[in-house]
Amino acid sequence: MDLLTAKISEVAKNIKQKKISSFEVCDFFLQRAHKHNPQLNAFININDSVTEGARKVDQRIALGEDVGLMAGIPMGIKDMFCTQGLKTTAGSKILENFVPPYDATVIDRLKKQGALILGKLNQDEFAMGSSNETSFFGPVKNPWNLEYVPGGSSGGSAAAQSARLSMATLGTDTGGSIRQPAHFCGIVGLKPTYGRVSRFGIVAYASSLDQAGPMVSYVEDAALVLEVISGFDPKDSTTTQRKVPSFTKDLSENIKGYKVGILKEYLKKGVLHPDVEKSVDDAMSILKSQGCEFIELSVPMTEVAVSIYYLVATSEASSNLARYDGVKYGYRAPFKQLSSIDLDEFYMSTRGEGFGKEVKRRIMLGTYCLSSGYYDAYYNKACQVRRKLSEEFQQAFTKCDVILSPVATSPAFKLGDKISNPLAMYLNDIFTVSTNLAGLPGMSVPFSISKEGLPIGIQLQAAPFNEQKILNMAFNLENATKMSGKVPYGF
Amino acid sequence: MITEDEIKKIAKLAKLSMPENESKEFAEQLSGALKHFEQMTKINTDGIEPLVTPTQIEHFLRPDQAVQEISADKMVENAPEKIGNLFKVPPVV
Repeated sequence: MDLLTAKISEVAKNIKQKKISSFEVCDFFLQRAHKHNPQLNAFININDSVTEGARKVDQRIALGEDVGLMAGIPMGIKDMFCTQGLKTTAGSKILENFVPPYDATVIDRLKKQGALILGKLNQDEFAMGSSNETSFFGPVKNPWNLEYVPGGSSGGSAAAQSARLSMATLGTDTGGSIRQPAHFCGIVGLKPTYGRVSRFGIVAYASSLDQAGPMVSYVEDAALVLEVISGFDPKDSTTTQRKVPSFTKDLSENIKGYKVGILKEYLKKGVLHPDVEKSVDDAMSILKSQGCEFIELSVPMTEVAVSIYYLVATSEASSNLARYDGVKYGYRAPFKQLSSIDLDEFYMSTRGEGFGKEVKRRIMLGTYCLSSGYYDAYYNKACQVRRKLSEEFQQAFTKCDVILSPVATSPAFKLGDKISNPLAMYLNDIFTVSTNLAGLPGMSVPFSISKEGLPIGIQLQAAPFNEQKILNMAFNLENATKMSGKVPYGF
Repeated sequence: MITEDEIKKIAKLAKLSMPENESKEFAEQLSGALKHFEQMTKINTDGIEPLVTPTQIEHFLRPDQAVQEISADKMVENAPEKIGNLFKVPPVV
């Protein structure tokens, strides 16, 4: 077994059968993380005590205990997830020293199945960004070419997984933050249906859009992690009470008879990078040969999806981020004498100094859109158009099982290319935001390598709670292309 | 178009301090974004109920019992300034 290319189930099985210890596995990844992190800046904090946890798993196995589906597997966790006793910064100065007193529900579930935390991963500040350049802890580099961005906002997760510094990672996706970095770094990323996975203990950005999901090397690994983290949580009233399917057991490359939708709005000439366009064509050819039927569809509201998204997301963010007040936790602006400070001045200095520019920009935009006199024209209008978009997708899924599209218009772009032009950065999310607005499951699966040597993924979307369909289709594509699990040169 | 004065007003509402150079930059950038959002105005949304959450909320009731999961001492550990297990704040009255 080669730890650089092995699947989670294989490593967990070997640990349980004592062919390798969890300690050896964790030590292997811990050393890789320490060795390569200076180049990539993928981790904000590396958890050296992961090997202590591994020793405990090994002891439990020696005693014959059942240690779970992810026995002794080290995982990198995006710094949006509260991890008991481990700093959770959300990539922000305002949470630089925050140590959560509890675990997010998904972290709790992973730990119950034997998974261990290898470290906390870098990200755009409060998940606001598409390039991982807005992090207070500095930008992350793309392991395929260090001059390029890894995507965002889960850029640290994508870079660490791509360079195989971890067995698996977790990301969050509000408008594409799992799928776009997965595409930029050549890994598998899955955003579950809204309500499939608990948001309890995840730093909130835009609550009606946020979902957590796996960012891993293989489709099978995505199915496994999804199975572990899914399910009803009494602490998150938006989670579904539906039974969690056996995503791993039902994983099958038989997709004969699947109807695949292609949105004509997504395939306008001249918008796509030629290699991305070619990848979509090639993916269609493979799927046709596997017995899939293609249908051209139209979802006209996707044309305004980026506008709806940035209105809804920034409005929700302006409300969610009101909690950072310098009182309960987080950064507080330094004042010599607290008793003589005006309350407004106290809040404004604390938040003005604690938040980075992109976060402030989005809070400002959201505050404006929710303010008296503008609420109807902006926020309310966006929510109305959001319903139209959602209904159009519902209609589309009466005609097809899966919608296939690019993840982004191009492969990764260079560091610094878009950071000074926020609107250009926002428009980069054109293919991914609709999934969140309509609450659909979506996935990026590695498909090819561009002429410049950068990975290209394919996006698959399905109707709510149909993760199995996109997993099966991705599994089929993965077996056809053998592009998953490739570790870039130098790592 | 959003003016610099409006930016200052919004910053006050959002409780954010705003240096002079930033308010100028934000005025331009926010105006650009709002101009882009105008593409939505041409869409007819008469009588459409706004969609605020994407999936149907399934109502869930739990027994009305108080549970203490984390102690108050533990919860205030992250406070920037505290006295005992109380938060220290500027005068509010």
